Amino acid sequence: MADGKKKIPKLSYPMPQQDPKERIKNFDEVALGYDMEVAIKEAERCLQCKREEGKEICIDGCPVEIDIPAFIKCIREERMEDALNIIREKNNLPAICGRVCPQEQQCQKYCRLGKGKGRDPVSIGRLERFVVDYSVKKQSVDPLKKKDKKVAIIGSGPAGLTAAGDLAKLGYNVTIFEALHDTGGVLRYGIPEFRLPKSIVDREVEYIKKLGVNIETNVVVGKTIGMDELIDEYDAVFVGSGAGSPMFMNIPGENLNGIYSANEFLTRINLMKAYKFPEYDTPIKVGKVTAVIGGGNVAMDASRCALRAGAERSMIIYRRTEEEMPARKEEVEHAKEEGVEFHILTNPVRYIGDEKGNVKQIECIKMELGEPDESGRRRPVPIKGSEFLMDVDTVVVAIGNTPNPLIPDNTKGLKISKKGTIVVDDNGKTSIDKVYAGGDITTGAATVISAMGAGKKAARAIDKFLSS
Amino acid sequence: MKNYDIKKRKTLAENIKLFEIEAPLIAKNAKPGNFVILRIDDHGERIPVTITDSDVENGTITIVVQEVGKTTKKLGMLNEGDKILDVVGPLGRETEIKNYGTVVCIGGGVGIALIYPEIKAFKKAGNYVISIVGSRTKDLMIFEEEISKMSDEFYITTDDGTKGRKGFVSDVLKELIDDGKKIDIVMAVGPIIMMKVVADVTRPYGIKTIVSLNPIMIDGTGMCGGCRVQVGGNTMFACVDGPDFDAHQVDFDNLIARNKRFLEEEKVSLEGLKNG
Ligand SMILES: Cc1cc2nc3c(=O)[nH]c(=O)nc-3n(C[C@H](O)[C@H](O)[C@H](O)COP(=O)(O)OP(=O)(O)OC[C@H]3O[C@@H](n4cnc5c(N)ncnc54)[C@H](O)[C@@H]3O)c2cc1C
Ligand SMILES: Cc1cc2nc3c(=O)[nH]c(=O)nc-3n(C[C@H](O)[C@H](O)[C@H](O)COP(=O)(O)OP(=O)(O)OC[C@H]3O[C@@H](n4cnc5c(N)ncnc54)[C@H](O)[C@@H]3O)c2cc1C
Ligand code: SF4
Ligand code: SF4
Ligand code: FES
Repeated sequence: MADGKKKIPKLSYPMPQQDPKERIKNFDEVALGYDMEVAIKEAERCLQCKREEGKEICIDGCPVEIDIPAFIKCIREERMEDALNIIREKNNLPAICGRVCPQEQQCQKYCRLGKGKGRDPVSIGRLERFVVDYSVKKQSVDPLKKKDKKVAIIGSGPAGLTAAGDLAKLGYNVTIFEALHDTGGVLRYGIPEFRLPKSIVDREVEYIKKLGVNIETNVVVGKTIGMDELIDEYDAVFVGSGAGSPMFMNIPGENLNGIYSANEFLTRINLMKAYKFPEYDTPIKVGKVTAVIGGGNVAMDASRCALRAGAERSMIIYRRTEEEMPARKEEVEHAKEEGVEFHILTNPVRYIGDEKGNVKQIECIKMELGEPDESGRRRPVPIKGSEFLMDVDTVVVAIGNTPNPLIPDNTKGLKISKKGTIVVDDNGKTSIDKVYAGGDITTGAATVISAMGAGKKAARAIDKFLSS
Repeated sequence: MKNYDIKKRKTLAENIKLFEIEAPLIAKNAKPGNFVILRIDDHGERIPVTITDSDVENGTITIVVQEVGKTTKKLGMLNEGDKILDVVGPLGRETEIKNYGTVVCIGGGVGIALIYPEIKAFKKAGNYVISIVGSRTKDLMIFEEEISKMSDEFYITTDDGTKGRKGFVSDVLKELIDDGKKIDIVMAVGPIIMMKVVADVTRPYGIKTIVSLNPIMIDGTGMCGGCRVQVGGNTMFACVDGPDFDAHQVDFDNLIARNKRFLEEEKVSLEGLKNG
């Protein structure tokens, strides 16, 4: 691109992947990442747009506003450390975002290059991932000037980790309280190893610790320590407790054996490493045929885990069509490549068990799309008399999560919405002075990067509050 | 904060052991009915156990554990001075303690130790406390002295008649009711089948009956739904909505079936432990 005339390839450089036939036999990462040569080529596709009034570019689509053109320029010039610093300036967990951000809806959707007919946007996420993976060994942190104020963070998911990292960089004494025995929230217990290796989560958490953040696991706020105690003891509190409460459909037979919530299924596999049973003590049972109810990322993850845990057939049962599926396209494609079957316009109505209380069949009903509902998507309507039976050994219910009521129920004076989310203003401030919140606990189940964006915003507001 | 040292270990009966564990934050906030979830080592399972006592001054909690499978047996092999990797709590809703009048507390098996904190609390709240405890045989009887001290009436049963009356705790309860004793509330902790029978005994008389349910759990914070139980036709998460529930509303058969869902895997685990 140095001469400005070189032709820009229309398509982005593909990322090597594990062969689907092989990868369903292991939990190793599916996408293998760019090497230096390809990364530079991809970086050279970038137009180095300037941000100006009335013209949106990639940065406008990134919830944490990474200076994307700047870090891409560094890649071209092989200044990897500089590239990493530019990313880290805004994003405390870049190796994670590069992997699980819905880039096609965010930065890449705004990419000018991608606006041209038949042209792919720059693969920003892949480049971000490359920079971080490449620079793994060179993570240095400058010693920080300490302030004498303390901030408590509840939850070590992306929202909490980001808020903690930013506040630590500003010199605050930060302590994260995490209910589970390990950090990361959904990054640890939800998103599977083959999509986000846990070694990467460890690395990012290590970085946050290096910034001086103290992490206390096995502390359930509202139980082990009261919210009121935290409010008394700390100068500010940030709640990033996520939306971790699984929903069920409340249809007959849902408590039969072999029916899991996606959270239970994925927690057993990811957090407790049940895929390595009996080397690890926590078991999982999948049988021959697994059906996953739902069409989001969570459902895709569960269906792909089922194959890896030994199911011969894994099916998605979704009440709308593929077009309405909330899952990322890439995840749907990966699931299909691996042989996951899709039963769309289908909904379970009840489960039938055997004499031991194990699920053996699902009664489903066929659906058709009617008028659009509040979400703008066409409402699925059951077709009378279209019921049919499906034989299954395992069912995973992945129809969504709502905020965990532990903190809302145990905090006096905290304003809660009808949906159970904590109400916050534009800066993440709640109805209680000193208490801020962000991530899935304020929005309902959303994305890693939006949780991080909320953590950043709250950190900024907390800094302002504590400096005034 | 993160040292869950075993300060004391005592064998109460064959396969039943008592541990005092250092956990100051939990000790400070523990209430009758609360439990902890612990994980012994990095490869271990998370298992729930009831807090039977706590000592705020020394910063310890007491648990009593019956060895039934791999994790509880591994726990039984630990000694004073050993550490437990993770202990989290106090979890679950506390038991509703107030002056009801006459309370009958029923404990079966290891449940005898688990109902002890409630007996103490009911007594302290001014209730007339009748305790009925039962075990399979004399050698498995635990917490006899502690409970008898706190009770206004105290009954022991064993299945084989080697101690106290021969028979079941529910037989004694039935007799008390038949004798016209005015009972305001019954609380039962023990094997699911025992709790089910107790519920059947009190149901026709409309005596309020509380049981502490013990489904398989993972996180204990309401995140996984693995601990779900059917109560009054609704699905509840025992770790956050319970573990105490109205016995007359509980679907015990569903709970019995659900607690058997990993039987084969549990056998594999136990074999693995035996073979080193
Ligand atoms: C299976 C799955 C796949 C997903 N895939 C994607 C994807 O590909 N891309 C994407 O962008 N998003 C994805 N998401 C969504 C994304 O993971 C979430 O939106 C994001 O993790 C929310 O971050 P958070 O920090 O708000 O909460 P969480 O990640 O839920 O973290 C909350 C943390 O708080 C802890 N906590 C809760 N209550 C307490 C308490 N009382 N005391 C102490 N600690 C507490 C929890 O244990 C947890 O660790 C996925 C979600 C799931 C479940
Ligand atoms: C809220 C709660 C409080 C509890 N308190 C105590 C306690 O104070 N002392 C104590 O000894 N036990 C208690 N239990 C039961 C204890 O958690 C189980 O015995 C333990 O999880 C078994 O683990 P394991 O690996 O040793 O056995 P596994 O091999 O996993 O199981 C062996 C057998 O034990 C039964 N079992 C498995 N999990 C449970 C379970 N969660 N509850 C009941 N039975 C189970 C099953 O029948 C299984 O076949 C409690 C359970 C709950 C839910
Ligand atoms: S954080 Fe996400 S949205 Fe922002 S640049 Fe990276 S991949 Fe794009
Ligand atoms: S919009 Fe696209 S082409 Fe322009 S600077 Fe951003 S990544 Fe490069
Ligand atoms: S143990 Fe997971 S929800 Fe109760």
